[in-house]
Amino acid sequence: MTAPAAAKTALKEKFPQVIDRPSADHDAVNVPMGDVVAALKYLRDEHAFDLLMDLTAIDWAEGASPRFTVVYHLFSSVNLGYIRVATDCASNDEPTAPSVVDLWPAANWHERECYDLLGVKFIAHPDLRRILMWDGYPYHPLRKDFPLAGIEVPLPDDEISAATGVAAIAVPMMGGPFVASPGEMNLTEAEPRAKDESWSDRAARPDQTALKQLKS
Amino acid sequence: MVSANTTELGYNSKIEGEVIVSRADAVINWIRTNSVWPMPMGLACCAIELMQVGNGRFDISRFGAEVMRFSPRQADCMIVAGTVTYKMAAQVRRIYDQMMSPKWVIAMGACASSGGMYRSYATLQGVDRIIPVDVYISGCPPRPEAILDALIKLQGKIKTERSASNLFKQA
Repeated sequence: MTAPAAAKTALKEKFPQVIDRPSADHDAVNVPMGDVVAALKYLRDEHAFDLLMDLTAIDWAEGASPRFTVVYHLFSSVNLGYIRVATDCASNDEPTAPSVVDLWPAANWHERECYDLLGVKFIAHPDLRRILMWDGYPYHPLRKDFPLAGIEVPLPDDEISAATGVAAIAVPMMGGPFVASPGEMNLTEAEPRAKDESWSDRAARPDQTALKQLKS
Repeated sequence: MVSANTTELGYNSKIEGEVIVSRADAVINWIRTNSVWPMPMGLACCAIELMQVGNGRFDISRFGAEVMRFSPRQADCMIVAGTVTYKMAAQVRRIYDQMMSPKWVIAMGACASSGGMYRSYATLQGVDRIIPVDVYISGCPPRPEAILDALIKLQGKIKTERSASNLFKQA
């Protein structure tokens, strides 16, 4: 039995509510929100998972319940193995999770990013500010209900906003999304570009034209 | 001033005296054209490419623009090299405002020119939305030769300016 698998078995014995999580690669567990800090501390102290590789969250889309799941990826530099710990947030509107900055200082910026982009509030975080978007930005852009093009908001600086009359606009998509094509194609063709050139800012998307006609 | 052993092709002080007659525009533009001090507004990978024009292979000093000034008050030409996010847009505009007139802007690369591949809630869709741009460079990132070409084009523009009358024009 590999070290992470042994750790998982031991974790399940110590915390009876922990269950296996389907996973295509590493060992993974679902932990109830109430146990997650204790379980992570147990994995760190007893099973040498000394590195927090990643901390992020999943938005399962509007209407799903639970909507938000916080995910921790741990790595053991002693046993050279990974384990993934996932925990569902209780609230679908105001998701919260306990901060693990006390266990791994690396969690500080990860939790700030997670808060910034997905709106998960980390309880008892020492400095829970936005890290990528500016302070006062009203949305959490990686949520599923946030449109890809964005939503128009004023620029972060009032003075510059007044001087230029420019806002952070919802971007023109012009046949987007713009994605690179993988594979053996030549590099010019593989560049990120609008894949669906049947519509643009001037000519509406065919299926949406049909929708508009239906509505009117 | 002109040295004593001038040839017939050059300025001959023995014949013409120590006076040159020219137009103020020509003199001012000649000076400005050949001493463009860039302000490297390096924001992303274009800045790496911008560094290359300073080295010996491409050698931007052939065109008098090697004096990169990190203080906007000593710079003439802002080269916006990279992706301008909304969070950075205010600072870019503020630095532009701090530059002394006359001043020019080169938008380097796809991102600075139009937002490029970043059709995103976080990216300014072209730096010309907040500051006036004189020359756009295509490419992602552009080759150093393209930057030199943009500089030469900008010099061409500076040469045609009515600098003398602009000096007395009210802002």
